[in-house]
Parts: sequence; C-alpha cells; structure tokens
Amino acid sequence: MAREIGEPREAKSSKVKQQKKRRSKKESKTRTVHANILYDHAKGDDNPNRHYANNKIKTTKYTLLSFLPKNLFEQFHRFANVYFVFIALLNFVPVVNAFQPELALAPVVFILSVTAIKDLWEDYRRHRSDKEINHMDCLVYSRTERRYVEKYWKELRVGDFVRLRCNEILPADVLLLSSSDPDRLCHIETATLDGETNLKQRQVVRSFLDLDCEFDPCKYNSVIECEKPNNDLNRFRGYIIHRNGRRDGLYKDNLLLRGCTVRNTEEALGIVIYAGHETKAMLNNNGPRYKRSKLERQMNVDVFWCVIILLVMCLFCAIGHGLWMYQYGDKRPVFDVLSPEGTDLSPALSAIYLFLTLIIVFQVLVPISLFVSIEIVKICQVYFIHQDMELYDEETDSQLQCRALNITEDLGQVQYIFSDKTGTLTENKMVFRRCTVAGVEYSHDANARRLAMYQEMDSEEEECTSHGGTLPRRDSVTSHQSAKVVLRSQSTKSHRRTGSRAEAKRASILSKHTAFSSPMEKDITPDPELLEKVNDCASQMEFMRFHSQPFSHLPSDLSDIIDFFIALTICNTVVVSSPNQPRQKVRRFELKSPVKTIEDFIKRFTPSRLTSGSNSSSSSSLVTTRSASHKACSSILSSPSAESTLTKLDEERSRGGTLDHAFSPVPPSYDETKSLIQEEGELRYEAESPDEAALVYAARAYKCSLVGRLPDQVTVELPHLGKLNFELLHTLGFDSTRKRMSVVVKHPLTDQITVYTKGADSVIMDLISPPATDHSKGKRQRKILFKTQNYLNVYAADGLRTLCIAKKVLSKEEYASWLRRHLEAETAIQGREELLFESALRLETNLHLLGATGIEDRLQDGVPETIASLRKAGLQIWVLTGDKQETAINIAYACKLLDPEEEIITLNAESQEACAVLLEESLHYIQAKFLCNASTDQHASRVYHQDYSALHVPAPACSPYASLHTVPFLVHRLGLVIDGRTLAYALEKSLEDKFLAVARSCRSVLCCRSTPLQKSKVVKLVRNKLKVMTLAIGDGANDVSMIQVADVGVGISGQEGMQAVMASDFALPRFRNLQKLLLVHGHWCYSRLANMILYFFYKNAMFVALIFWYQFYCGFSGSAMIDQWYLIFFNLMFSAFPQLITATLDKDVSAATLQDLPQLYMNGQNSEEYKPYMFWMNMIDAFYQSLVCFFIPYFAYSDSDVDLFTWGTPITTLALLTILLHLGIETKTWTWMNWASIVFSVCLFFTVALCYNASCPTCYSPSNPYWTMQRLLTDPLFYLLCVITPITALLPRYFYRACQGTLFPSPVHIGRQLDKLPTEIRRHLLSQTRVKLGSLGALFASRSSSFAFSRPLTKQSQRQEKAVAPPQPKSTEVTDTPRSSKHPENHLGPSQKKEKRSHSQSQRSRVSALTDLLDNTQGPLRGPSLTDTDTLPYTRELPRTGPVLEPATLTAAVESSDHAWVTSTPLLPQTECIQLTLSRPGVSPVIPNERSSESGLSSDQRFLSQEDRMEHTQTSDCPKENTLKTTFL
Amino acid sequence: MKNEGEMANRPDNTAFTQQRLPAWQPVLSAGIVIPGFVLIGLAFIGIGVALFVTSQKIQVLETDYTGAEQGSPCYDCRDTSVPCVCRVNFSLSKLFEGPVFFYYGLSNYFQNYRQYGSSRDDDQLSGYTSAFTSPSETCAPYQYNSQKKPIVPCGSVANSMFNDSFKLYHVVNGQPRPVPLDGKGIAWWTDYNIKYRNPTVNGTLASAFADTVKPINWPRPAYDLDTTDPSNNGFQNQDFIVWMRRAALPNFRKLYRRITEGDYANGLPAGNYTLEITYNYPVLAFDGRKKVVFSNVSWMGGKNQFLGIAYLVIGSLCIVMSVVMLIVYAKYKFPEDEL
Repeated sequence: MAREIGEPREAKSSKVKQQKKRRSKKESKTRTVHANILYDHAKGDDNPNRHYANNKIKTTKYTLLSFLPKNLFEQFHRFANVYFVFIALLNFVPVVNAFQPELALAPVVFILSVTAIKDLWEDYRRHRSDKEINHMDCLVYSRTERRYVEKYWKELRVGDFVRLRCNEILPADVLLLSSSDPDRLCHIETATLDGETNLKQRQVVRSFLDLDCEFDPCKYNSVIECEKPNNDLNRFRGYIIHRNGRRDGLYKDNLLLRGCTVRNTEEALGIVIYAGHETKAMLNNNGPRYKRSKLERQMNVDVFWCVIILLVMCLFCAIGHGLWMYQYGDKRPVFDVLSPEGTDLSPALSAIYLFLTLIIVFQVLVPISLFVSIEIVKICQVYFIHQDMELYDEETDSQLQCRALNITEDLGQVQYIFSDKTGTLTENKMVFRRCTVAGVEYSHDANARRLAMYQEMDSEEEECTSHGGTLPRRDSVTSHQSAKVVLRSQSTKSHRRTGSRAEAKRASILSKHTAFSSPMEKDITPDPELLEKVNDCASQMEFMRFHSQPFSHLPSDLSDIIDFFIALTICNTVVVSSPNQPRQKVRRFELKSPVKTIEDFIKRFTPSRLTSGSNSSSSSSLVTTRSASHKACSSILSSPSAESTLTKLDEERSRGGTLDHAFSPVPPSYDETKSLIQEEGELRYEAESPDEAALVYAARAYKCSLVGRLPDQVTVELPHLGKLNFELLHTLGFDSTRKRMSVVVKHPLTDQITVYTKGADSVIMDLISPPATDHSKGKRQRKILFKTQNYLNVYAADGLRTLCIAKKVLSKEEYASWLRRHLEAETAIQGREELLFESALRLETNLHLLGATGIEDRLQDGVPETIASLRKAGLQIWVLTGDKQETAINIAYACKLLDPEEEIITLNAESQEACAVLLEESLHYIQAKFLCNASTDQHASRVYHQDYSALHVPAPACSPYASLHTVPFLVHRLGLVIDGRTLAYALEKSLEDKFLAVARSCRSVLCCRSTPLQKSKVVKLVRNKLKVMTLAIGDGANDVSMIQVADVGVGISGQEGMQAVMASDFALPRFRNLQKLLLVHGHWCYSRLANMILYFFYKNAMFVALIFWYQFYCGFSGSAMIDQWYLIFFNLMFSAFPQLITATLDKDVSAATLQDLPQLYMNGQNSEEYKPYMFWMNMIDAFYQSLVCFFIPYFAYSDSDVDLFTWGTPITTLALLTILLHLGIETKTWTWMNWASIVFSVCLFFTVALCYNASCPTCYSPSNPYWTMQRLLTDPLFYLLCVITPITALLPRYFYRACQGTLFPSPVHIGRQLDKLPTEIRRHLLSQTRVKLGSLGALFASRSSSFAFSRPLTKQSQRQEKAVAPPQPKSTEVTDTPRSSKHPENHLGPSQKKEKRSHSQSQRSRVSALTDLLDNTQGPLRGPSLTDTDTLPYTRELPRTGPVLEPATLTAAVESSDHAWVTSTPLLPQTECIQLTLSRPGVSPVIPNERSSESGLSSDQRFLSQEDRMEHTQTSDCPKENTLKTTFL
Repeated sequence: MKNEGEMANRPDNTAFTQQRLPAWQPVLSAGIVIPGFVLIGLAFIGIGVALFVTSQKIQVLETDYTGAEQGSPCYDCRDTSVPCVCRVNFSLSKLFEGPVFFYYGLSNYFQNYRQYGSSRDDDQLSGYTSAFTSPSETCAPYQYNSQKKPIVPCGSVANSMFNDSFKLYHVVNGQPRPVPLDGKGIAWWTDYNIKYRNPTVNGTLASAFADTVKPINWPRPAYDLDTTDPSNNGFQNQDFIVWMRRAALPNFRKLYRRITEGDYANGLPAGNYTLEITYNYPVLAFDGRKKVVFSNVSWMGGKNQFLGIAYLVIGSLCIVMSVVMLIVYAKYKFPEDEL
C-alpha cells in the first residue's frame, strides 16, 4: 500500500522535474521528519532533523562586519563609482596629477558615503522587521517540562510539536495532528498567503482523526516522510509511518502554512515540517530584485556616451599635445619644463601622460554628482508622495508608503498594469442585492437605495466598525470553557504585545473582515412583495402542519420560495456565534467522533441516538468528554468496515416508516443556547466565504434565520413555524471545479431527504432536470428556467455575483444507492478526493431550480473611474486573480474593465494541445475580425460595436501583428478571459508568443484561478517579451511574487496582511489612489528626473567644454583656467541646489490638469521628456554655450595683460550664470524656493570665491588666486561680460522654446496653458475638449494632429479670457461630472472635423473595396452568434455547437482575407485546419479532466475506473475539451 | 511630534508638502517673449554703442622689436648670448594722452603651460626661509642646481623671467631726453604687499639668500634684481611679481612701466621718440615675438572693440528675433481670433 502511495507521487515529482528542469536530483528525494522530543537527549548530532533549516529568518544583506567590504563591493558594481575612484587614484600619480590628490578624493568619498548610509539604513529596517518576526512567541512542547513552553519563533525546529491557539499566526509549516475542534478541523485564514479572507478548513492527519483523547506528544513515535520544501502552496504530499508499520497519506489539507492565522479553533497541535526559509510562504517570497528604473537604464547609455566623448576629447588633446611638442623639435622653449630629472620627454610619452591628466581634468563630463543628485531627488520625491493628502486614507489611517526609493520615475512610464482582484479592486465585502425565486424577480429597490446610501457614508461607518471592533468577541469567556479561554485570552494578549503596532492594526483589520458584520452587509431591506409571500407561505405551512396535511399541496411557487430561503440558510458552512461567545458550537455529549464517518451516518438513522442527544445537557463540556474517552486513545486506527455500515443502513431503511420523529421537539440543549443567544443579542455568522454570509444575512432579513449549526444538524427559525431542525446528512463542500456545494438534509416538515445545491449559474443551469414536456407544469418550468436565465443575465450585466439555488428530493432508495458508493469513496485511501468528487457529481443531477441571487462584491470607491482614467492614460490593465472565472468576470464588468459592448474571448483548455489550438483560433479570429477594420479611433470602434451589422467604415490600415514586436500594436475592443490551467499551458515556451499576440491585442485581459507563481510568470512574460514597463498591484501574499517581478510593485495596505506591502515598492491604502500616484506623481517624478538628467548632462558638458577650448590656447597641456576648487565644487555646490529644487518641485502641469487629462501620462510612457536625440541636442547646445562663454571673454580680454585666473574666474562665473539661467528656462513653475535657490547659488559662488580668494596668499598652488575675485568685482568689464554672455548663450534655446510654445506645442504644453486659465474656465474647457483629447490617441502619434488639436484649444482659451469669464450656467453643471459628455462629434473643432473627414475619406476608399468581401466572410461568422446573444449570457459556457468559431468558417474567412491582403498581412500557415479538428469533442485522445489545478492530481485521475469516467461525462454536461466562448451583447 | 491619535499617519496639510506652493508659471510663447526681446535688443544696442565709442577713443601704439626680419632694428641682437642694445624709433603725430601705460608683449609664449605654471614655490616667495633650504618638489628640475644647492626663487616661472629692459627717450631738437618711467605700482597691490614677502632676517637681504643660488637663467641673484632701487629687490620686485602672474593666453602683454611723471604726466607730446632696448630675452627659438605697447586706458580697460561690437550684434539679433516672433505670432494667433 505504501508503495502504491509512493509511486504516483514520485511519478508526479518526476513530472514536475521535467517541467522545472532546474530541479536537482537531490530534491526528488523526500524529507523525513522525526519528532524532536525523541532526540532531546542527543543534543546535536543524532537528531535526524538537524540538517533542516531552523525557523530563524534573515533577509538582511549585511552583517556588522561585512557591511563595509560588501557595500563597497556592491557600490563598485556601479560603473560610475569605479570610474570616480579610478580618477581619484590617478591623481596620486605625480606625472599625471591635475589636482591636489586629497581634493580630488573628496567628491568620491562623499558620494560613496551617502550611498552607504542609505544602504545601511535600509538594511537596518530589514533587520528590525526580521528581529520582530523572529522574536514572536509560540508554544513548543518541551520533553523535560512535559508541557508546552513559550519559545521564540526562531527557536523552533523541524520536528517540534507546537500548540496553536486561536488567532495565532503560524510560525512554520505545521502538520496538523490534533485539534480542539470536534470535527477535528482547524480553521485557518490564509489571507496573508493568498489574499483570501475566508476560513479554510484543515484536517487532522487521518491516523489521528479517530483519536478521541488529547494528543500526547510523548506517545508520538511515527515518522513523517514528505516532499522536499517547495513553493507550491497548493501541494503537499507525503505519508506518515506509524510504529506498527501502517502508513497514511498526507495531503495539503493536513498542512498549516506559515503566515496563516488560526481561526475559530481553540487549539491545534502539530509538528513542524518545514521551518524558516524552507516554509512554503518564504519560498514563495522570491528575493527582491534590484530594480533599476527605465530612466536610469537609458541614462546609463548616455553616461556611456559621455565617457566616449570624454575619451575622444582626451585623445584629441593628447594628439594635439604631441604635435605641439613635436613642432618645437629640439629647440626647447623657455616655458617648457623638463621632467624632474632634467631629461627631455619625448612628444609621444608626454602625449600619453597628458591623456591621463586630461581624464582627470575632464572627469566632470561624466557627471559625478548626477548619481548622488538623483538619489537625493528621489528621496525628496518619495517624501512628497508620502505627504500627499489624497493618498492618505482616513479609514485605515494609512498613507502611501514608498518602500523602494529608486524607482519613483518608473511610476510615470508604466504601460501595463497587473492587478489582483479581491481586496484590490473590491472591498472584499459581499452584499446581497436582489434575487429571483421561481422565475419572479424581486428587485429589492429599497435595498439598492440603502446600498447607495452606504456608499456615501461609507467612511463613517467603516470607522465605526473598526473602532467597535470585534476583538472582545474573540477574547470573551464562556462559562463552561473558562479555564481554556483564560489561557487563550492571555496568549492572545501576549501575542499582541509582542507584535508591532502594524501587527495589531492588521489583526483588527482582519477581525473586521472575517466578521462580515458591517451594517451594510447585515441589514438587508427585504423586498415587501417577497416578504409577504414568505409570510404567506409560512403561515400556510403552519396551517398544514397543524392540520397534518401533506405539504405537497402547497402551491409550487410558494414552496419554492420557502425552499429557496431554507437553501440560503442551510446550504453553507456558516458558523453561528453570538457577540459575546466566540463560537456557538455547543457539542452534544455523545458526539465523540467527528462527522462524516460511517458510524455517524448510521447513528443518524437510528432514533435512539436522537433521543440521547436531546437528553444531553449543554453543560457537558468538551473537556469532560475527552477525559471520559481518554482510555480509548490507544485504539486509534480502527475503522469500521463499509459492509457493516450498509447493513445497518439497510436495517434502518426497513424501519423507515418510523422516522416520523423528524419534526422532533427542539432539543433542550438548543433551547438553552438559544436563550443565551437571545440574551446576548443578535447572532453573528462566520462564514468561509463572504458571500455565504451575505446569503445567510439575506435569508434572515426574511425571517428565515440560521440560529444554530451543529455537525449533524442545522437549526433554522422560520416565521410562524418557529425553529426547525434539519438533519444534516452530508455536506458536499464547495469545489472550484464543480463550482457548487450541496447539503443533503432530511427536511423536518416533508420528511424527505432533500439535496440543496447552490452554485454558479453556469453549472447549475445545466444540471436542472429537463422540464417535462407534456403538461402545464412542464411548461411553467420551462418558463421559469427561461426567466431565471434572463434575470441572471441582467444580474451579471450589473456586475453582481450570481448564484443559483436548486434542490432535489431523493427517495430513500436513491439515497441508499448513492450512499453506498459515497461511503466507499469516503473510506478509500487512495484517490479519495477524486472518488468523493465523483460521488458529488452523481448526486447533483436533475435538480429543481428554486431561484437565483445576485450578490454584490462591492468595488472599492472609485475603481471604475480609476480604471477608466488609467485606460485613457494609455495603460493596459490586466487582472490576475485567484478567483473563479464567473466572479472575476462579474467584477471585471462592474469595474468597467470589461465593457458589455465588447467581445470576450474565453480560453479554457484542458491540455497543451487544446490550448495551442485555442490560441490559434483566437489569433485567427482576431485577425479575421479586426484585420481590416480595426481602428485606433475609439469612437469609430464604439460606433462599430454598437451596430455590428453595419460595416465599420472609418477604419485605418490593417494591423501587422504577425511579428510580436511590432509597435504600436493595435488594441481592439476585445476582452480576454483565461483560466489558471489554460494559462499554465499558454505560458509554456512554445505557446507564450501566441498567447502574447492574442493578449496584447485585447483591451483587457482577465486571468482567473491563477496561482501566485503564474501571476509572476505572466508579468515576467509581458515585461520581457513586450519590453514594456509593468506595474503589479495586489494586496495579498499571493501577489507578492508578481509584485516583485514587475517593474513597479504596488501593495494595497490595510486590507490583508502586510506581505504584499512588504514586498512592494509602493503601498497604497486604496486602489483608487493609483490614479493620482501614476498620473500625477508618476508624471511629475518622471518629467522632473528626465529633465534633471538631461540638464545634468548639459551642465557638465558645457562646463568641461570650456576647458577643452582652452587647450587650444595652452599647447594642449591640460592646463585649466578654472581654478581646481571651482572645477571640483562647481557640481557639488555652486550649481547643485537650484537643480535639486527644480527637480524636486517643478510641476510641468498641475495635478488637477494631469488628472483631468490622463492622456498626458503618455508623455512618460513614450519617454517624451528624454529621448536619445535629446541627449545629443543638449550636448550640442552645451558645446555652443560653452563656445560663447569661452570666446566672449577670450576676445574681450585678448591683447590685455590679464593673468590666467583673473581671466578664468569670469569664465567660471559666466558659466555658472548661464547654467542657472538655462535651468530657469527649463523651470516651469517658479516658487519662492526656486528663486531662493538660484539667488543662493549665485551668492554662494561669490561668497565662496571671495572667501577663498582672500583666505590664503600662499596656498592653493598652482592657481593661487589671492584677491582675484575682489579685483574682478571692481572691473566694469566683468559686469559687462556677465550681461552679454549668458544672454548670447541662451538665445537659441530661449528662441526655440518660445517658438515651440506657439508653433508645435506638446500635449504637456497644452496642459500647461490650461493651467494658466482660471479654474472655472478650465473646467468648462476641459469638459468641452475632453472628447477631443480623448479621441486623439493620434495626438501623440503624429505632430500634425496634435498641432491641429492645439489650435482650437488655444483659440478657445483666449476667447474665454477675453470674455472675462462670463459665469456660464453650463460650467457649473459640468464640473461635477466632466466625464459625462456624450456627444463627441458636437464638440469637435472645425479643423478637427476637417481632418477627420479627410482621414475617413482616405480610409473609405480602401475599406469600400473590402466591403463586399467582408460581408461575405463575416456573415456566417457573426450570424449565429448574434442570435445567441438574446438568450445566452456571456458568463454561460456555450455548448461546443455554438457556432461562433466554426473552424471551417473561420478558415474560410482567414483565407479570403488572406487573398485580399497578401502583401500586408503575413498569416500563419494554413495547417490549422487539421489542428482545429483536434479540438472537437470526442476526437480528443485526452481524458476529460475537469478538476482544477488545485487538486493537482491529473496523473492520479488516470486511476479512475472506466465506469466512473462514463458517469463523469454524463453528469458534467458535456466534457468540453476546451471552449472558446465568444459572445456578444 | 504628532500625537498618537487617530490620524497619526495623516500627512501635514501644508502648501509645501502638498506641492501647492504659490508659483509663477511662465509659459514661453511668442506673444510673451516679444517685448522681452525688443527690450534686450534696444538695451544692448545702447551699451554697444557706448562701448564702441569709448574704445575708439583709446590710443594704442605697438612696436614689434623681435628682430626676426632682416632690417628691423634689433635684427643684430638675435643672438642673446652676448649683451646687446638696440634702438627703435617712432614718432607721434599728436599728443598721446596720459596716463600712458608701457607694456611689453610676448607672442606664442605659453605661460599657461601646465607644468610651467606649477613650477614655483609660493612658500619661498612668501619669504619662508624653510622653503629656501628645501624648495618644493614642484620646482623640479629648477629645484636644486647641479651642486645640490637650492635655487631661490626656484621653478621654471622664475627662471624664465623676462629680462629685456627699456629706456624711452623723447627726441627734442635732436637731443634725446629721457622720459621718466614709473616702475611703482605696476604689480597688484596685494601681491606686492601681502603675497610676496622677502625673508625677515637680520642683516642685509643678501644674507638671507646665503647658501642658495640664483636661477640658472638669471644674470643676477634675486636680492640684486633692481640695481637702482634697493627697496625693489628680492621677491618684492615689481617686474618679478608682474612676471610671476602668469598670462592667460599665449599672446599677452605685461605692464612694464607707467608714464606719469614730470612733463609727461599728461601724456606723450607729439614728436619723435627713441626706445632703447637691452635685448636679452630669446624668443626666436620658439617662434615667439616681442613687442612694446604704449596705450592709455578708459574705464573699461584697454582698447578692445570686440565687446562693443558684440553688444551691437547681439542687440540687433534680438530685434531680428522679435520680428520673427511677431511674424510667427501673427500667423498662428491672429487668424484664429477671427474665426
């Protein structure tokens, strides 16, 4: 048996190995874990666990000792630093030295130390957080003390037994061995890992399942074998070997992962399997990548160019010097100095020396202070982003955090956004909105109004809940559990205490979330009509019960209603608690064994059990139960045989008639509880998923309230009928593949075995029993089905999460036959999960539809607006979520990511081949559809999409998309939805290009059910292949790797855990903050830094060129007329401050305008501020300016007795003034700080010069500038030079800028001109011109169009100014909703209209030629899909017969278009026809595999019997190998 | 300190932190810059005219006496190994207004040569006797002579000191009448009084220079530079200080004397003059040129027409640009207002 377990696992692992080739041989082996306590005496060497990592984590880079060497080493990775040190060292060589060596060293030391201090501070922060985590407490069993003792997390080792209490965070990956929960479950919240706040159930290892007594670590002597540490959160395989040789399998359900929080479980015990860096959570934390911003990469190229320029200049001078020396020949001029030895240097040798000297002299050309300045500016930018009030969230008192200091400008260049969904786009709060019962829709208008109201007062209420808090609930004490609870509350407190403030905050946030108790979610305003019906129905039932009439006489719509609410109430796993009691899980005395064992089922069918149950008193505590059964501990591994169970069942069935106790009096135990609850006030529901809670609250609003849930019984309070106990026979939990959950209960009123199923509409609707065709009932049924489906479509269109509720009544025989198989599945050791799955599929068929609900997963405030705005800014938004497809699509609609008007391509493939085919199909489809009528013009395409039958007239040229890297790639109004498994296939090397080709042509992409690693893979793929800037935003730990991979990682703080925040570069309180962060701060940071970098290059080149020109007049001797002090400190001091101020404060366009005109963001995306040619333009300008600054003084002082430094100092001054004024031209906003900094700079220069020149008459050789500046200041010539030179130097640039502002203003320019207008007018103008701006993607594409755009704009603005702002009534109206203007054509300026007309004319000629052709080809393509649109929702999976993409038609379309566009569109080969046939159902050789990747057992599925498979295919509709769903609305 | 209250993380709402500082936002466009251009243009033209006129008034008399060409007065003195005196005659047709500055000029002479410039010891020149015995390394190879005796003043700059001397005679009625040349105050005041100090020793200046040797090219030691004025010796010698201030460009002039005394205080009257040159300094080896320059100065220094012209040119350029701007402005702004 053990071998059998082992083999598939190894097969699996070898498969994994194939997939991940880098896995080493060693890893394929297993890990063996023994209990540490067995080896306590053998301190070190004998412990078999000694090789495993301990639980101490260390994420710091340096230690105290290694800091200096390591940091220097790292800093020298930066080319610039090596360069600077080289230069500094060169100065120590006497032959070539240019400056005093010590002086030359100063800048380098300064720069290195600034960086080192910054690194040190960052590492210290990491160290502190590590320390905090390492010193958290946990309870570890100590053999010596024979009890659990508190230890730090870092002291934990593999093999330790840990005791976990409620609300505690797991310190390591722990195998669950025991739980205080009677079900032997442990609830954990994995929010910090995968971002899902619902509670997950983890089971005690099977062998310990039957253990009725307290788990004793001392008696543990099993050995665990499991796989090596890996980062797959959803996989854990292994087995436990007991001393008696028995083996039991271990699954992921047995493993509690580090970072999760224990919830709803008093206490759990487990053994540490993986610790520290080997835990799955830590392995998922890929180390942070050193992020270098795009701008910096670009800059480095130009730095490299600077080096080349430098070398060329030095070489030039060296050659010049050699020639100069050579011309004198043997005649030694008196001014030539021999070498110190008195020998003559050869021209060649002196040229070489000179080359090195000049490198020192010209070193400033490679801007030494640039790197430091950039760091300083970025820190300032970070500070300002930090300080932004609009990025502060009052609800959570959290502000934006910039965690990466070096990529602020990347915010301005993002092209792709990858977003998580839950918690990022949504609040993760589910609210019941409306429902349909028996084909009648109850719109819940009042409820909608109430929600709208909450929306407004959201913030206040949030605050209330956060302050009201739910902590007391968790720490509360119940009478019969006092001892335990005291312990727990203490531990909870101590845990809190050790945690940081952030930890405490997080805890409170989490509790807030798990409670699902905000009034918004709880208080549902019932629909009056429905409420009446419920009352009506209930009273009738009451009447019937009273008169013992059979309930089948109830009108079917009424019975549907009551069944609907019963289903809402019981078909879930919601746990009831009251505010002052943590859990209302009052156990019955005799309920020793957990649910779902066979015994239990049998017991439920024996009346004696019930009686004893009702006799039991609530005062019996778990503790006594346990001690009573303590002696049974040794016999843990006995399990009753299936046969005996069935015999009992049969017996029971024969006595079936006696089962009229079903409507039994409410057990006294319950009454007590109930009274307690009523004393305490309202009930609280704790649910695994927020929507479950929402449904229960909704049912309660209709007086159908869940008042108690026991493992085998659910108590529901109904109006008039009072409390009813439903026997809970089975719970078939939710499963992402089945997409539904079911409960099997015995209905107390009708006494029937009833299955209530709740699930995604797409699956439930297929499972509904086909209505009988003969009589009126069948007709009615069909009508109901049809109506419900329609309403479901409406709900989905509204962005609601839709769920269908259905029921099924089982006869005893049916149940028995099902149960037989089910019990087999239950007891199976191997493939148990699959068998259970099959079993569930068998049960959930032929359902009777009750109704449907619409739940709103409320979006965060401003999400649709933010997405719209970001999209306008040219950003591609992809949503990567772990959620199921339906939910994700719903949310995508709600947040306007997907547009109901646009088409959606859904990719669901079951195999690699299928995926390949699907991608091909999609590509062809896109090609066929959009190839020749794709449009960049949004309005045109909008028109097109509104009216599909009309041919799209104004279409530009076809998009050549065959090459992946052709830019720009046309983005169509298409949505792509892909699920996790398909994504896995699509990300394979062979398919990724195709996948990208499909994805990038879609406007929005939605990846559902994706794992963290997949998310990061997608990001990586897009980033590397498309060479674009990516931003990933997420809130949970499942987003961590994605966040780290992206160029910019953004975490949403205050939602779930800190992991995403810790990994992120920026942490935002809300998604909507992204808008300002990117559009405003990103834009500013980018444009500021880009301008600063360009300015720096200019500045240094300009300054150095002065000396270069001088070489022509000093025999190329490397002499400088600028004093060495000025040379070295010019960058560091004199010219540093203004540029820093400008780079920090300059705003090219105001924040308001940037947000109103998101298009301006494209400025950064296209790197408009810093293009390669700009560097050269700046260089040319620099050389020109330096020529002016050199030659004006040159001629002014020619033929005079001026000495070297009296001549050089004015040049320095002139250069400084020119450089500062140049900055002035480039500065867009002048605050007092700009003025002050410039004045300060000038003053500083003169002050330093005066002091320096007065300080020492004999120092500072060789310049020795004593009293130079003082004399200059008395010279009128100096002032005359100061006036003319800067003006002459800057004249061309100023002239250019002035012309640019008028002749060819950039969009940014226009934005700036808008800024100048008064607010009112600006708003008005914006609302008018919005459409223009919006329509003009071409604004940025071509100069001419932007020009055309600017003219009417400026004209309007001027006219507005002239009109002295007449208070237009319109403007106020528009200011509120500037985005709402809907008639783009009306606002087009005349020039634009003209342009558009000509544009469309030119297109029309081309398009009209195609009209006929397209009519032919696209007719069959569209026709059927259009007819489908009326009846089918887009969330519904189309049957394969849905002829949207009939391969033949498609190929025909492709072929014909191929003929038409032979030249312009390279098409994929025609072999697809063959491949396409593969995708047809039935032909595929692959076994249908409907399980999600979560089960990860594709190989195991092969073990399914043939019979099972048959049934599988029957039950699960048709086994769609893959579906390409293309739907229209 | 922020209080630990509800809004502990709330950012400060100040104009600075919210980047709302009041700011002037100039938007450069044709309409705005035209007046600026016109103003600058007019101002520059005005200054240019003033400078040009001023510069025109300055009188300059330059005479090359290198003797490179045959027939020039000093042709015979080219060989500097033997002392040689040559005379240059010139005549003034009108009064050369005073005060007249008398320069000597050198061409193609690279005093700004890098190694040359650093080849000096400022400590020595400030009279520190410690620097006398051990001159700075930078002076090498003019640090010690072949007998390892320290050279004072050391270094190349001092060694290459210009040592031609001039005497000016006003020929009145055929008789040469010496024109008094004022050698005082030709160096910077700070140089003469602060920077350059003779060593403070007991006894004569010469004793301070004991155990040192004169620079190789010098005919006389430093303490005996000026035979006529004992107070103008040592490092505090005007000519020496003027020479030590290195010229910026390879063609330079240095102030030799001023003519401020006696009958010539108002300038050199019209007439014939003879310049007697003691020709010592070799320049032909490196194609150098020597000249003497007589010039008077205005408030803006010596004669230099460049600056005036530059102002005029730039001023006119600004005007031209403003016209261009006006055209641009007219073409792209005005028609739209009519629409």
